[in-house]
Amino acid sequence: MSAITDNYGLFGHAFLRSLGICVWTMIGALSIGTVIAAARVSPVAPLRGFGTTYVTMVRNCPLTVVLFFIAFGLPEIGVNGSYYVFGISALAIYTGAFVCEALRSGINSVQAGQAEAARAIGLTFSQSLGSVILPQAFRSSIPPLGSVLIAMFKNSAVLGAFGVAGDLFSTGIRLTSAQGYASTPVFLAIGLAYLCITIPAGLILQALERRAVIIR
Amino acid sequence: MNANPLTSRQISGRRRTRATARILAVLAVGALALSACGDSDGDEVKPSGASDFAAGSTMAKLADAGKITIGTKFDQPGFGLKNLSGKPEGFDVEVAKIIAGKLGIDEDDITWKETPSAIREEVIEKGEVDLVAATYTINDKRKERITFAGPYYEAGQQLMVKSDNTKITGPDTLKANPDAKVCSVAGSTPAENIREYLASESQLVTFDVYSKCADALRNGQVSVVTTDNVILLGLVGQSKGAFKVVGDTFTKEPYGIGIKKGDTAFCTFINDTLKAAASDGSYEKAWTSTAGKVEGSEVPTLPTADPCA
Repeated sequence: MSAITDNYGLFGHAFLRSLGICVWTMIGALSIGTVIAAARVSPVAPLRGFGTTYVTMVRNCPLTVVLFFIAFGLPEIGVNGSYYVFGISALAIYTGAFVCEALRSGINSVQAGQAEAARAIGLTFSQSLGSVILPQAFRSSIPPLGSVLIAMFKNSAVLGAFGVAGDLFSTGIRLTSAQGYASTPVFLAIGLAYLCITIPAGLILQALERRAVIIR
Repeated sequence: MNANPLTSRQISGRRRTRATARILAVLAVGALALSACGDSDGDEVKPSGASDFAAGSTMAKLADAGKITIGTKFDQPGFGLKNLSGKPEGFDVEVAKIIAGKLGIDEDDITWKETPSAIREEVIEKGEVDLVAATYTINDKRKERITFAGPYYEAGQQLMVKSDNTKITGPDTLKANPDAKVCSVAGSTPAENIREYLASESQLVTFDVYSKCADALRNGQVSVVTTDNVILLGLVGQSKGAFKVVGDTFTKEPYGIGIKKGDTAFCTFINDTLKAAASDGSYEKAWTSTAGKVEGSEVPTLPTADPCA
């Protein structure tokens, strides 16, 4: 247990760092996912093609491959940046594909009459998508979106192996292999720390879901 | 219409399961017979030299068994790297072979187990390996859980930069250049040591392997790679003149042999073996045939052994 009691500060720091990664990635993934979902249901064929290609390519690649392309591919073509930003971007791009599909399932659940009514009163495509379809789609997408986001929080542990120092996972490696603490208590603590992020996130999503149902 | 193919598929599935079970049963009986043969062989063949050691000691046990399990790294060029034929090679491996040889154990009777940094203490405590030679830096924290024999080599940490870099000349120049990112492997002792020379934690970049650090140095994402001198020399050798090592070694990393805590007799035996190997030239040969192949490395002298405790 000394592994935890000796290193409260380190764990706290690592927790905040991982939480920061999760929050930024969530914002990025939700934005990317929404844009791609809009592209996939748009009336413009090239946009639909782009959306479909994006989802097919990104969703079917392992996360580490996407990370590798961003972290080692971009510098090759002259784009340099911090690995923190690279890691968050890669995880957001990867999760965005899943967010898009979760949203699309929500969009498909909105009755066709809604879109027809929106068009009948003269709304443009972006107006009907933005104020009629998506608000309803988000509501029924909350459960699948929740699973996607929680999986993303856990995937953020991979960033520790891609140049980001000081997050929960790399701190665990540091305590066990560099400082010689027994691995079981350290990784139990790290598992608990991830639960401290994912369980409240799940509860918030549940509350959102309940509210959305009542409004409907 | 749909029901029929489904049912027939289920039936054939069940048939297949039964067939698989029968094959498994035959295999299990075969394996039993084989292992029985192995046991009787072990009883008949007594390795020579078993009588040299005090009864009940680790050495006597290993010599009697005629086999040993050794933990090493499979991914550390020059020290412990698994080759294409599946056998590890390197300085750690050669040193371990010298110790096994002194116990009368043949090279082919050594079982190599991969022991990455994070699990080394654990496998020793659990008795999954008899000894660990895996670029294993001796320190007090580790001594709480295991005993170290040796050291058999003293490495030291250094910095590697691009050949045209003139700003970074040693660890003390890092604070003055906070934009110069420093790369090392997550959870390694060098990553820990370099922290005090950095302006902030964000100056440190960590990967799972050094080859990624070298890539990051090549494409300009980091300015410095730091770890033990021997590993850096290997990377400089591969870079075809793109990298150079700067400054002196600024830490002492004595590599020891990890054994079960409190086994002082085994520890003394290993230290004596190392001393004998240094005087009969086999220590030097172990070096020159492995890590010593890298350009610019010098043949080390065996460091004075720590007292066994």
